[in-house]
Amino acid sequence: MPETVDMLNALVLFTNFVLIPGVTYGSQLALGALGVTLIYAVLRFSNFAHGDVMAFGTMATILLTWWLQSMGVSLGPLPTALLALPFGIAATVLLCLLIDRFVYRYYRSQKSRPITFVMASLGVMFMVNGLVRFIIGTDDQRFFDGERFIIKAREFKKMTGLNEGLAIKTSQGLTVVIALILVAVVFWFLQRTRSGKAMRAYSDNEDLSLLSGIDPDKVVRTTWIIAAALTAIAGVLYGLDKSFKPFTYFQLLLPIFAAAIVGGIGQPVGAIVGGYIIAFSEMIVTYPYKKFVNYLVPDEWQATSLLQLLSTEYKFAVSFMILVIVLLVRPTGIFKGKVY
Amino acid sequence: MFLIGENLRGGYGGADILNDCTIGVDQGEIAVIVGPNGAGKSTAMKAMLGMLNLSGGKVSLNGKDITTMSPQARVAEGIAFVPQTNNVFVSMTVEENLEMGAFLREDDIVETRDMVFELFPILKEKRRQPAGELSGGQRQQVAVGRALMTRPTVLMLDEPTAGVSPIVMDELFDRILEVRAAGVAILMVEQNARQALNIADRGYVLVTGENRFTDTGEALLANPDVRRSFIGG
Repeated sequence: MPETVDMLNALVLFTNFVLIPGVTYGSQLALGALGVTLIYAVLRFSNFAHGDVMAFGTMATILLTWWLQSMGVSLGPLPTALLALPFGIAATVLLCLLIDRFVYRYYRSQKSRPITFVMASLGVMFMVNGLVRFIIGTDDQRFFDGERFIIKAREFKKMTGLNEGLAIKTSQGLTVVIALILVAVVFWFLQRTRSGKAMRAYSDNEDLSLLSGIDPDKVVRTTWIIAAALTAIAGVLYGLDKSFKPFTYFQLLLPIFAAAIVGGIGQPVGAIVGGYIIAFSEMIVTYPYKKFVNYLVPDEWQATSLLQLLSTEYKFAVSFMILVIVLLVRPTGIFKGKVY
Repeated sequence: MFLIGENLRGGYGGADILNDCTIGVDQGEIAVIVGPNGAGKSTAMKAMLGMLNLSGGKVSLNGKDITTMSPQARVAEGIAFVPQTNNVFVSMTVEENLEMGAFLREDDIVETRDMVFELFPILKEKRRQPAGELSGGQRQQVAVGRALMTRPTVLMLDEPTAGVSPIVMDELFDRILEVRAAGVAILMVEQNARQALNIADRGYVLVTGENRFTDTGEALLANPDVRRSFIGG
Protein backbone atom coordinates (compact mmCIF):
# COMPACT_ATOMS: atom_id res chain seq x y z
CA MET A 1 0.00 0.00 0.00
CA PRO A 2 1.29 3.46 -0.83
CA GLU A 3 1.40 5.96 1.99
CA THR A 4 -1.51 8.34 2.50
CA VAL A 5 0.65 11.31 1.59
CA ASP A 6 1.54 9.73 -1.73
CA MET A 7 -2.08 8.99 -2.48
CA LEU A 8 -2.96 12.60 -1.71
CA ASN A 9 -0.14 13.77 -3.95
CA ALA A 10 -1.41 11.58 -6.77
CA LEU A 11 -4.92 12.88 -6.27
CA VAL A 12 -3.81 16.51 -6.31
CA LEU A 13 -1.70 15.86 -9.39
CA PHE A 14 -4.66 14.32 -11.19
CA THR A 15 -7.00 17.10 -10.10
CA ASN A 16 -4.57 19.76 -11.22
CA PHE A 17 -3.76 18.34 -14.63
CA VAL A 18 -6.90 16.43 -15.62
CA LEU A 19 -9.92 17.24 -13.49
CA ILE A 20 -9.78 21.04 -13.42
CA PRO A 21 -8.69 21.54 -17.05
CA GLY A 22 -11.26 18.92 -18.07
CA VAL A 23 -14.13 20.63 -16.32
CA THR A 24 -13.06 23.96 -17.83
CA TYR A 25 -12.65 22.67 -21.37
CA GLY A 26 -15.84 20.63 -21.01
CA SER A 27 -17.79 23.74 -20.00
CA GLN A 28 -16.48 25.60 -23.02
CA LEU A 29 -17.41 22.73 -25.34
CA ALA A 30 -20.81 22.40 -23.67
CA LEU A 31 -21.64 26.05 -24.38
CA GLY A 32 -20.55 25.64 -28.00
CA ALA A 33 -22.45 22.36 -28.40
CA LEU A 34 -25.56 23.88 -26.83
CA GLY A 35 -25.57 26.50 -29.59
CA VAL A 36 -25.06 23.87 -32.29
CA THR A 37 -27.81 21.71 -30.88
CA LEU A 38 -30.33 24.55 -30.59
CA ILE A 39 -29.73 25.55 -34.20
CA TYR A 40 -30.08 21.92 -35.25
CA ALA A 41 -33.30 21.48 -33.28
CA VAL A 42 -35.01 24.58 -34.62
CA LEU A 43 -33.47 25.25 -38.03
CA ARG A 44 -32.82 21.58 -38.76
CA PHE A 45 -29.27 21.74 -40.02
CA SER A 46 -25.72 21.33 -38.74
CA ASN A 47 -24.20 24.78 -38.65
CA PHE A 48 -20.60 24.32 -39.79
CA ALA A 49 -19.94 28.02 -39.39
CA HIS A 50 -20.24 27.71 -35.62
CA GLY A 51 -16.51 27.61 -34.89
CA ASP A 52 -15.81 30.66 -37.00
CA VAL A 53 -18.75 32.58 -35.58
CA MET A 54 -17.16 31.77 -32.22
CA ALA A 55 -13.92 33.31 -33.50
CA PHE A 56 -15.83 36.37 -34.73
CA GLY A 57 -17.43 36.97 -31.34
CA THR A 58 -14.11 36.55 -29.58
CA MET A 59 -12.41 38.89 -32.03
CA ALA A 60 -15.04 41.58 -31.46
CA THR A 61 -14.55 41.22 -27.72
CA ILE A 62 -10.75 41.35 -28.03
CA LEU A 63 -10.82 44.52 -30.12
CA LEU A 64 -12.95 46.31 -27.54
CA THR A 65 -10.85 44.88 -24.70
CA TRP A 66 -7.72 46.36 -26.26
CA TRP A 67 -9.41 49.70 -26.65
CA LEU A 68 -10.63 49.61 -23.03
CA GLN A 69 -7.11 48.65 -21.86
CA SER A 70 -5.63 51.54 -23.83
CA MET A 71 -8.12 53.85 -22.13
CA GLY A 72 -6.90 52.57 -18.78
CA VAL A 73 -10.19 50.88 -17.93
CA SER A 74 -9.90 47.66 -15.92
CA LEU A 75 -11.98 45.39 -13.75
CA GLY A 76 -9.29 45.00 -11.08
CA PRO A 77 -8.71 41.28 -10.44
CA LEU A 78 -11.11 40.23 -13.22
CA PRO A 79 -10.19 40.33 -16.91
CA THR A 80 -11.23 43.48 -18.77
CA ALA A 81 -12.64 41.24 -21.48
CA LEU A 82 -15.70 40.66 -19.29
CA LEU A 83 -16.54 44.33 -19.74
CA ALA A 84 -16.18 44.02 -23.51
CA LEU A 85 -18.11 40.76 -23.67
CA PRO A 86 -21.62 42.27 -24.00
CA PHE A 87 -20.37 44.15 -27.04
CA GLY A 88 -18.91 40.93 -28.47
CA ILE A 89 -22.24 39.20 -27.91
CA ALA A 90 -24.14 42.01 -29.60
CA ALA A 91 -21.79 41.92 -32.59
CA THR A 92 -22.16 38.14 -32.90
CA VAL A 93 -25.96 38.30 -32.64
CA LEU A 94 -25.99 40.95 -35.33
CA LEU A 95 -23.74 38.85 -37.57
CA CYS A 96 -25.93 35.76 -37.14
CA LEU A 97 -29.14 37.65 -37.82
CA LEU A 98 -27.65 39.25 -40.93
CA ILE A 99 -26.43 35.88 -42.21
CA ASP A 100 -29.84 34.38 -41.56
CA ARG A 101 -31.52 37.24 -43.36
CA PHE A 102 -29.31 37.05 -46.43
CA VAL A 103 -28.47 33.33 -46.63
CA TYR A 104 -30.65 30.91 -44.69
CA ARG A 105 -33.97 32.70 -45.02
CA TYR A 106 -33.88 32.17 -48.76
CA TYR A 107 -33.37 28.42 -48.35
CA ARG A 108 -36.16 28.27 -45.76
CA SER A 109 -38.55 29.94 -48.18
CA GLN A 110 -37.48 27.37 -50.79
CA LYS A 111 -38.05 24.57 -48.26
CA SER A 112 -34.57 23.29 -49.11
CA ARG A 113 -33.30 19.99 -47.79
CA PRO A 114 -31.03 20.01 -44.70
CA ILE A 115 -27.96 19.15 -46.78
CA THR A 116 -28.42 22.37 -48.77
CA PHE A 117 -28.39 24.33 -45.51
CA VAL A 118 -25.25 22.50 -44.41
CA MET A 119 -23.49 23.40 -47.66
CA ALA A 120 -24.63 27.01 -47.31
CA SER A 121 -23.26 27.05 -43.76
CA LEU A 122 -19.96 25.77 -45.13
CA GLY A 123 -19.88 28.83 -47.39
CA VAL A 124 -20.72 31.06 -44.45
CA MET A 125 -17.91 29.36 -42.53
CA PHE A 126 -15.31 30.32 -45.16
CA MET A 127 -16.68 33.83 -45.36
CA VAL A 128 -16.63 34.49 -41.60
CA ASN A 129 -13.27 32.75 -41.36
CA GLY A 130 -11.85 35.14 -43.98
CA LEU A 131 -13.45 38.14 -42.32
CA VAL A 132 -11.89 37.33 -38.94
CA ARG A 133 -8.42 36.73 -40.38
CA PHE A 134 -8.71 39.89 -42.42
CA ILE A 135 -9.54 42.00 -39.39
CA ILE A 136 -7.36 40.56 -36.62
CA GLY A 137 -4.85 38.42 -38.51
CA THR A 138 -3.96 34.77 -38.15
CA ASP A 139 -1.64 35.06 -35.16
CA ASP A 140 -2.09 34.03 -31.58
CA GLN A 141 -3.60 36.81 -29.48
CA ARG A 142 -3.58 37.01 -25.71
CA PHE A 143 -5.98 39.38 -24.05
CA PHE A 144 -6.09 38.16 -20.49
CA ASP A 145 -5.37 40.65 -17.73
CA GLY A 146 -6.15 40.97 -14.02
CA GLU A 147 -5.34 38.41 -11.36
CA ARG A 148 -4.03 35.24 -12.99
CA PHE A 149 -4.80 32.69 -10.26
CA ILE A 150 -7.49 32.03 -7.70
CA ILE A 151 -5.26 29.47 -5.98
CA LYS A 152 -1.53 29.42 -6.76
CA ALA A 153 0.36 26.12 -6.82
CA ARG A 154 3.09 27.38 -4.49
CA GLU A 155 0.61 28.67 -1.92
CA PHE A 156 -1.26 25.39 -2.06
CA LYS A 157 1.95 23.47 -1.40
CA LYS A 158 2.81 25.72 1.51
CA MET A 159 -0.70 25.40 2.91
CA THR A 160 -0.88 21.61 2.71
CA GLY A 161 2.74 20.59 2.86
CA LEU A 162 2.26 18.29 -0.14
CA ASN A 163 4.79 17.87 -2.95
CA GLU A 164 2.24 18.58 -5.63
CA GLY A 165 0.62 21.94 -6.10
CA LEU A 166 -2.93 22.70 -7.09
CA ALA A 167 -3.57 25.79 -9.15
CA ILE A 168 -6.89 27.20 -10.22
CA LYS A 169 -6.69 29.92 -12.82
CA THR A 170 -9.12 32.84 -12.75
CA SER A 171 -10.15 31.93 -16.30
CA GLN A 172 -11.00 28.41 -15.16
CA GLY A 173 -13.10 29.61 -12.26
CA LEU A 174 -14.84 32.14 -14.51
CA THR A 175 -15.55 29.53 -17.16
CA VAL A 176 -17.20 27.11 -14.78
CA VAL A 177 -19.25 29.75 -12.95
CA ILE A 178 -20.41 31.48 -16.15
CA ALA A 179 -21.21 28.15 -17.86
CA LEU A 180 -23.29 27.03 -14.89
CA ILE A 181 -25.27 30.25 -14.85
CA LEU A 182 -25.80 30.22 -18.63
CA VAL A 183 -26.93 26.61 -18.74
CA ALA A 184 -29.39 27.26 -15.91
CA VAL A 185 -30.75 30.34 -17.70
CA VAL A 186 -31.09 28.54 -21.04
CA PHE A 187 -32.94 25.61 -19.46
CA TRP A 188 -35.19 27.92 -17.50
CA PHE A 189 -35.92 29.80 -20.71
CA LEU A 190 -36.75 26.62 -22.67
CA GLN A 191 -38.90 25.09 -19.93
CA ARG A 192 -40.67 28.05 -18.41
CA THR A 193 -41.05 30.95 -20.81
CA ARG A 194 -43.53 31.38 -23.63
CA SER A 195 -40.82 31.96 -26.23
CA GLY A 196 -38.85 28.96 -25.00
CA LYS A 197 -41.86 26.68 -25.19
CA ALA A 198 -42.62 28.02 -28.66
CA MET A 199 -39.06 27.06 -29.65
CA ARG A 200 -39.54 23.55 -28.32
CA ALA A 201 -42.93 23.21 -30.00
CA TYR A 202 -41.54 24.42 -33.32
CA SER A 203 -38.65 21.99 -33.03
CA ASP A 204 -40.97 19.12 -32.08
CA ASN A 205 -43.60 19.56 -34.79
CA GLU A 206 -43.29 22.44 -37.22
CA ASP A 207 -46.68 22.04 -38.93
CA LEU A 208 -48.60 21.77 -35.69
CA SER A 209 -46.78 24.78 -34.24
CA LEU A 210 -47.85 26.83 -37.26
CA LEU A 211 -51.43 25.63 -36.76
CA SER A 212 -51.16 26.77 -33.15
CA GLY A 213 -50.25 30.26 -34.29
CA ILE A 214 -46.55 30.20 -33.38
CA ASP A 215 -44.62 32.72 -35.46
CA PRO A 216 -41.78 30.83 -37.18
CA ASP A 217 -39.75 33.98 -37.88
CA LYS A 218 -39.75 34.88 -34.22
CA VAL A 219 -38.70 31.37 -33.20
CA VAL A 220 -35.85 31.42 -35.71
CA ARG A 221 -34.71 34.84 -34.53
CA THR A 222 -34.78 33.83 -30.86
CA THR A 223 -32.74 30.74 -31.67
CA TRP A 224 -30.05 32.72 -33.47
CA ILE A 225 -29.84 35.23 -30.64
CA ILE A 226 -29.38 32.53 -28.00
CA ALA A 227 -26.96 30.47 -30.09
CA ALA A 228 -24.91 33.55 -31.01
CA ALA A 229 -24.69 34.68 -27.39
CA LEU A 230 -23.64 31.22 -26.20
CA THR A 231 -21.06 30.97 -28.97
CA ALA A 232 -19.52 34.36 -28.28
CA ILE A 233 -19.28 33.63 -24.56
CA ALA A 234 -17.81 30.17 -25.14
CA GLY A 235 -15.24 31.68 -27.50
CA VAL A 236 -14.19 34.42 -25.10
CA LEU A 237 -13.89 31.97 -22.19
CA TYR A 238 -11.76 29.64 -24.30
CA GLY A 239 -9.60 32.56 -25.41
CA LEU A 240 -9.12 33.81 -21.84
CA ASP A 241 -8.22 30.30 -20.71
CA LYS A 242 -5.80 29.53 -23.54
CA SER A 243 -5.36 32.07 -26.30
CA PHE A 244 -7.17 33.29 -29.37
CA LYS A 245 -6.15 32.03 -32.78
CA PRO A 246 -8.63 31.86 -35.67
CA PHE A 247 -7.38 28.45 -36.80
CA THR A 248 -7.78 26.92 -33.33
CA TYR A 249 -11.37 28.10 -33.22
CA PHE A 250 -12.06 26.59 -36.60
CA GLN A 251 -10.66 23.32 -35.26
CA LEU A 252 -12.94 23.50 -32.21
CA LEU A 253 -15.78 22.68 -34.58
CA LEU A 254 -14.87 19.00 -34.39
CA PRO A 255 -15.02 18.48 -30.61
CA ILE A 256 -18.11 20.71 -30.45
CA PHE A 257 -19.96 18.62 -33.02
CA ALA A 258 -18.72 15.42 -31.42
CA ALA A 259 -20.14 16.67 -28.11
CA ALA A 260 -23.51 17.56 -29.64
CA ILE A 261 -23.76 14.21 -31.42
CA VAL A 262 -22.60 12.07 -28.50
CA GLY A 263 -25.24 13.70 -26.32
CA GLY A 264 -27.93 13.34 -28.96
CA ILE A 265 -28.16 16.20 -31.42
CA GLY A 266 -31.10 18.52 -30.86
CA GLN A 267 -31.16 17.67 -27.14
CA PRO A 268 -29.87 20.53 -24.93
CA VAL A 269 -29.09 18.21 -21.99
CA GLY A 270 -27.15 15.99 -24.37
CA ALA A 271 -24.97 18.89 -25.49
CA ILE A 272 -23.88 19.57 -21.91
CA VAL A 273 -23.16 15.94 -21.08
CA GLY A 274 -21.46 15.46 -24.46
CA GLY A 275 -19.22 18.47 -23.84
CA TYR A 276 -17.82 16.95 -20.66
CA ILE A 277 -17.52 13.46 -22.17
CA ILE A 278 -15.43 14.76 -25.05
CA ALA A 279 -13.32 17.02 -22.85
CA PHE A 280 -12.52 14.29 -20.33
CA SER A 281 -11.85 11.70 -23.02
CA GLU A 282 -9.29 14.03 -24.57
CA MET A 283 -7.70 14.78 -21.21
CA ILE A 284 -7.58 11.21 -19.97
CA VAL A 285 -6.16 9.80 -23.16
CA THR A 286 -3.48 12.46 -23.66
CA TYR A 287 -2.33 12.84 -20.04
CA PRO A 288 1.09 11.33 -19.21
CA TYR A 289 0.51 9.17 -16.14
CA LYS A 290 4.16 8.58 -15.19
CA LYS A 291 4.28 10.80 -12.13
CA PHE A 292 0.77 9.85 -11.06
CA VAL A 293 1.54 6.13 -11.19
CA ASN A 294 4.90 6.53 -9.50
CA TYR A 295 3.21 7.97 -6.43
CA LEU A 296 1.07 4.87 -6.13
CA VAL A 297 3.32 1.91 -6.99
CA PRO A 298 6.25 0.51 -4.98
CA ASP A 299 9.79 1.68 -5.79
CA GLU A 300 10.72 -1.37 -7.85
CA TRP A 301 7.75 -0.76 -10.20
CA GLN A 302 8.59 2.86 -10.94
CA ALA A 303 7.75 3.77 -14.52
CA THR A 304 10.43 5.28 -16.69
CA SER A 305 8.34 6.06 -19.78
CA LEU A 306 5.72 8.80 -19.95
CA LEU A 307 2.76 6.38 -19.76
CA GLN A 308 0.89 8.57 -22.20
CA LEU A 309 -1.68 6.81 -24.39
CA LEU A 310 -1.69 9.44 -27.10
CA SER A 311 0.43 12.50 -27.65
CA THR A 312 -1.48 15.79 -27.31
CA GLU A 313 -1.00 16.58 -31.02
CA TYR A 314 -3.47 13.78 -31.67
CA LYS A 315 -6.16 15.01 -29.33
CA PHE A 316 -8.54 15.64 -32.24
CA ALA A 317 -8.32 11.95 -33.07
CA VAL A 318 -10.11 11.32 -29.78
CA SER A 319 -13.13 13.39 -30.83
CA PHE A 320 -13.04 11.69 -34.20
CA MET A 321 -12.93 8.21 -32.70
CA ILE A 322 -15.81 8.96 -30.35
CA LEU A 323 -17.80 10.47 -33.20
CA VAL A 324 -17.28 7.41 -35.40
CA ILE A 325 -18.09 4.96 -32.63
CA VAL A 326 -21.26 6.80 -31.62
CA LEU A 327 -22.44 7.09 -35.20
CA LEU A 328 -21.85 3.37 -35.71
CA VAL A 329 -23.25 2.07 -32.44
CA ARG A 330 -25.86 4.58 -31.34
CA PRO A 331 -26.40 7.25 -34.01
CA THR A 332 -29.05 9.06 -31.98
CA GLY A 333 -26.61 9.68 -29.11
CA ILE A 334 -27.13 9.27 -25.39
CA PHE A 335 -30.33 11.30 -25.13
CA LYS A 336 -31.95 10.10 -28.38
CA GLY A 337 -31.56 13.10 -30.62
CA LYS A 338 -33.60 13.67 -33.74
CA VAL A 339 -32.03 13.01 -37.10
CA TYR A 340 -33.44 14.74 -40.15
CA MET B 1 -74.05 28.22 -43.47
CA PHE B 2 -71.44 29.30 -40.94
CA LEU B 3 -68.44 27.81 -42.76
CA ILE B 4 -68.88 26.91 -46.39
CA GLY B 5 -66.61 25.98 -49.26
CA GLU B 6 -68.49 26.34 -52.52
CA ASN B 7 -67.64 24.78 -55.87
CA LEU B 8 -64.13 23.95 -54.69
CA ARG B 9 -61.72 22.96 -57.42
CA GLY B 10 -58.03 22.23 -57.05
CA GLY B 11 -55.27 19.77 -56.15
CA TYR B 12 -51.63 19.48 -55.19
CA GLY B 13 -50.20 20.61 -58.52
CA GLY B 14 -51.12 17.68 -60.78
CA ALA B 15 -54.64 16.84 -61.88
CA ASP B 16 -57.45 18.40 -59.87
CA ILE B 17 -58.54 16.28 -56.93
CA LEU B 18 -61.55 18.39 -56.09
CA ASN B 19 -64.01 18.84 -58.94
CA ASP B 20 -66.63 21.36 -58.03
CA CYS B 21 -67.44 20.10 -54.57
CA THR B 22 -69.35 22.00 -51.93
CA ILE B 23 -68.97 21.41 -48.18
CA GLY B 24 -70.47 23.37 -45.32
CA VAL B 25 -71.31 23.27 -41.66
CA ASP B 26 -73.38 25.36 -39.26
CA GLN B 27 -72.73 26.15 -35.61
CA GLY B 28 -73.91 23.49 -33.19
CA GLU B 29 -73.80 20.96 -35.99
CA ILE B 30 -71.65 18.01 -37.00
CA ALA B 31 -70.92 17.60 -40.69
CA VAL B 32 -69.19 14.43 -41.83
CA ILE B 33 -67.40 13.83 -45.10
CA VAL B 34 -67.33 10.16 -46.13
CA GLY B 35 -66.46 8.38 -49.32
CA PRO B 36 -64.12 5.78 -50.81
CA ASN B 37 -60.33 6.05 -50.69
CA GLY B 38 -58.99 8.77 -52.92
CA ALA B 39 -62.32 10.58 -53.11
CA GLY B 40 -60.69 13.79 -51.91
CA LYS B 41 -62.18 13.81 -48.42
CA SER B 42 -59.08 15.06 -46.61
CA THR B 43 -58.24 17.27 -49.55
CA ALA B 44 -61.64 18.96 -49.28
CA MET B 45 -60.98 19.65 -45.63
CA LYS B 46 -57.49 20.96 -46.33
CA ALA B 47 -59.00 23.28 -48.92
CA MET B 48 -61.28 24.70 -46.25
CA LEU B 49 -58.24 25.29 -44.06
CA GLY B 50 -56.23 26.92 -46.84
CA MET B 51 -53.57 24.25 -47.19
CA LEU B 52 -54.31 23.84 -50.88
CA ASN B 53 -54.14 26.12 -53.90
CA LEU B 54 -57.66 26.41 -55.24
CA SER B 55 -58.21 26.95 -58.94
CA GLY B 56 -61.87 27.66 -58.39
CA GLY B 57 -64.51 28.15 -55.75
CA LYS B 58 -64.63 30.17 -52.58
CA VAL B 59 -64.52 29.59 -48.84
CA SER B 60 -66.39 31.82 -46.43
CA LEU B 61 -66.62 31.91 -42.67
CA ASN B 62 -69.62 33.62 -41.10
CA GLY B 63 -70.24 35.48 -44.34
CA LYS B 64 -66.62 36.68 -44.64
CA ASP B 65 -64.64 35.56 -47.68
CA ILE B 66 -61.50 33.77 -46.41
CA THR B 67 -60.48 32.10 -49.69
CA THR B 68 -57.08 33.78 -49.89
CA MET B 69 -56.18 33.59 -46.19
CA SER B 70 -53.24 31.48 -44.98
CA PRO B 71 -54.00 28.54 -42.65
CA GLN B 72 -52.50 30.52 -39.74
CA ALA B 73 -54.79 33.46 -40.41
CA ARG B 74 -57.79 31.13 -40.52
CA VAL B 75 -56.76 29.69 -37.17
CA ALA B 76 -56.78 33.21 -35.79
CA GLU B 77 -60.27 33.63 -37.28
CA GLY B 78 -61.52 30.75 -35.15
CA ILE B 79 -60.99 27.60 -37.19
CA ALA B 80 -59.17 24.83 -35.31
CA PHE B 81 -57.75 21.82 -37.10
CA VAL B 82 -56.75 18.39 -35.79
CA PRO B 83 -54.52 16.65 -38.35
CA GLN B 84 -54.76 12.90 -38.77
CA THR B 85 -51.16 12.17 -37.81
CA ASN B 86 -48.43 14.04 -35.93
CA ASN B 87 -51.14 15.97 -34.14
CA VAL B 88 -49.43 16.39 -30.76
CA PHE B 89 -46.08 17.78 -29.58
CA VAL B 90 -44.60 14.45 -28.49
CA SER B 91 -41.74 15.85 -26.42
CA MET B 92 -43.95 18.25 -24.49
CA THR B 93 -46.21 17.48 -21.56
CA VAL B 94 -49.98 17.26 -21.94
CA GLU B 95 -50.34 20.59 -20.20
CA GLU B 96 -47.75 22.23 -22.43
CA ASN B 97 -49.56 20.87 -25.48
CA LEU B 98 -52.71 22.61 -24.35
CA GLU B 99 -50.75 25.76 -23.60
CA MET B 100 -49.32 25.75 -27.12
CA GLY B 101 -52.84 25.36 -28.49
CA ALA B 102 -53.72 28.63 -26.80
CA PHE B 103 -50.56 30.35 -28.02
CA LEU B 104 -52.42 33.13 -29.84
CA ARG B 105 -54.52 34.00 -26.83
CA GLU B 106 -53.51 36.89 -24.60
CA ASP B 107 -56.10 36.30 -21.87
CA ASP B 108 -56.20 33.75 -19.05
CA ILE B 109 -56.40 30.22 -20.42
CA VAL B 110 -57.03 28.41 -17.12
CA GLU B 111 -60.78 28.27 -17.63
CA THR B 112 -60.49 26.73 -21.10
CA ARG B 113 -57.87 24.31 -19.85
CA ASP B 114 -60.11 23.19 -17.01
CA MET B 115 -62.94 22.76 -19.51
CA VAL B 116 -60.71 20.48 -21.61
CA PHE B 117 -59.70 18.57 -18.48
CA GLU B 118 -63.40 18.16 -17.67
CA LEU B 119 -64.09 16.88 -21.16
CA PHE B 120 -61.11 14.50 -21.08
CA PRO B 121 -60.47 13.61 -17.42
CA ILE B 122 -57.57 11.30 -18.31
CA LEU B 123 -55.62 14.34 -19.55
CA LYS B 124 -55.80 15.95 -16.14
CA GLU B 125 -54.37 12.81 -14.62
CA LYS B 126 -51.52 12.74 -17.17
CA ARG B 127 -50.96 16.48 -17.41
CA ARG B 128 -47.25 16.27 -16.51
CA GLN B 129 -46.49 13.38 -18.84
CA PRO B 130 -44.99 13.90 -22.32
CA ALA B 131 -47.70 13.42 -24.94
CA GLY B 132 -45.43 11.00 -26.81
CA GLU B 133 -45.73 8.51 -23.95
CA LEU B 134 -49.54 8.30 -24.14
CA SER B 135 -51.63 5.65 -25.90
CA GLY B 136 -53.15 6.33 -29.31
CA GLY B 137 -56.59 7.16 -27.92
CA GLN B 138 -55.16 9.44 -25.26
CA ARG B 139 -53.06 11.23 -27.87
CA GLN B 140 -56.18 11.87 -29.93
CA GLN B 141 -57.72 13.43 -26.84
CA VAL B 142 -54.66 15.65 -26.41
CA ALA B 143 -54.93 16.62 -30.08
CA VAL B 144 -58.60 17.55 -29.82
CA GLY B 145 -57.95 19.30 -26.50
CA ARG B 146 -55.13 21.33 -28.04
CA ALA B 147 -57.42 22.43 -30.86
CA LEU B 148 -60.16 23.45 -28.41
CA MET B 149 -57.76 25.72 -26.52
CA THR B 150 -58.23 28.52 -29.04
CA ARG B 151 -61.97 28.48 -28.21
CA PRO B 152 -62.70 27.86 -31.89
CA THR B 153 -66.02 28.42 -33.62
CA VAL B 154 -65.20 25.68 -36.11
CA LEU B 155 -63.42 22.42 -35.26
CA MET B 156 -62.07 20.35 -38.13
CA LEU B 157 -61.05 16.77 -37.50
CA ASP B 158 -59.21 14.64 -40.06
CA GLU B 159 -60.09 11.01 -39.27
CA PRO B 160 -59.99 11.39 -35.49
CA THR B 161 -60.69 7.69 -34.93
CA ALA B 162 -58.02 6.31 -37.28
CA GLY B 163 -56.10 3.59 -35.48
CA VAL B 164 -58.00 3.63 -32.19
CA SER B 165 -60.06 0.77 -30.76
CA PRO B 166 -63.89 0.68 -31.21
CA ILE B 167 -64.41 1.47 -27.52
CA VAL B 168 -62.16 4.50 -27.69
CA MET B 169 -63.86 5.53 -30.92
CA ASP B 170 -67.31 5.51 -29.26
CA GLU B 171 -65.97 7.54 -26.40
CA LEU B 172 -64.32 10.04 -28.71
CA PHE B 173 -67.59 10.48 -30.63
CA ASP B 174 -69.39 11.07 -27.31
CA ARG B 175 -66.92 13.84 -26.51
CA ILE B 176 -67.36 15.36 -29.95
CA LEU B 177 -71.12 15.46 -29.31
CA GLU B 178 -70.40 17.37 -26.12
CA VAL B 179 -68.30 19.87 -28.06
CA ARG B 180 -71.18 20.29 -30.50
CA ALA B 181 -73.50 21.01 -27.58
CA ALA B 182 -71.28 24.00 -26.77
CA GLY B 183 -72.23 25.50 -30.12
CA VAL B 184 -69.07 24.68 -32.09
CA ALA B 185 -69.38 23.83 -35.78
CA ILE B 186 -67.70 20.46 -36.34
CA LEU B 187 -66.45 19.22 -39.68
CA MET B 188 -65.06 15.72 -39.76
CA VAL B 189 -63.56 13.34 -42.31
CA GLU B 190 -64.22 9.73 -41.34
CA GLN B 191 -63.37 6.21 -42.50
CA ASN B 192 -65.86 4.68 -40.09
CA ALA B 193 -68.77 5.91 -42.16
CA ARG B 194 -71.60 4.19 -40.30
CA GLN B 195 -70.65 5.40 -36.83
CA ALA B 196 -69.81 8.86 -38.07
CA LEU B 197 -73.06 9.32 -39.98
CA ASN B 198 -74.88 8.16 -36.86
CA ILE B 199 -73.88 11.30 -35.03
CA ALA B 200 -73.86 13.60 -38.08
CA ASP B 201 -76.39 16.34 -38.66
CA ARG B 202 -75.14 16.68 -42.18
CA GLY B 203 -73.33 14.16 -44.35
CA TYR B 204 -71.40 14.52 -47.56
CA VAL B 205 -70.56 11.52 -49.70
CA LEU B 206 -67.69 12.46 -52.00
CA VAL B 207 -66.62 10.45 -55.03
CA THR B 208 -63.72 11.58 -57.25
CA GLY B 209 -63.86 15.03 -55.75
CA GLU B 210 -67.55 15.58 -56.46
CA ASN B 211 -70.61 15.61 -54.22
CA ARG B 212 -72.40 12.30 -54.83
CA PHE B 213 -74.94 12.45 -51.98
CA THR B 214 -75.67 15.26 -49.56
CA ASP B 215 -78.26 14.87 -46.83
CA THR B 216 -78.74 14.51 -43.08
CA GLY B 217 -76.71 11.69 -41.52
CA GLU B 218 -79.87 9.76 -40.78
CA ALA B 219 -81.20 10.01 -44.34
CA LEU B 220 -77.87 8.92 -45.80
CA LEU B 221 -77.79 5.90 -43.53
CA ALA B 222 -81.32 5.03 -44.69
CA ASN B 223 -80.52 5.55 -48.37
CA PRO B 224 -80.09 2.10 -49.97
CA ASP B 225 -77.68 3.41 -52.65
CA VAL B 226 -75.41 4.92 -50.05
CA ARG B 227 -75.64 1.81 -47.89
CA ARG B 228 -74.78 -0.52 -50.73
CA SER B 229 -71.88 1.45 -52.16
CA PHE B 230 -70.27 3.17 -49.22
CA ILE B 231 -71.26 1.60 -45.96
CA GLY B 232 -71.46 -2.07 -46.80
CA GLY B 233 -74.91 -3.53 -46.36
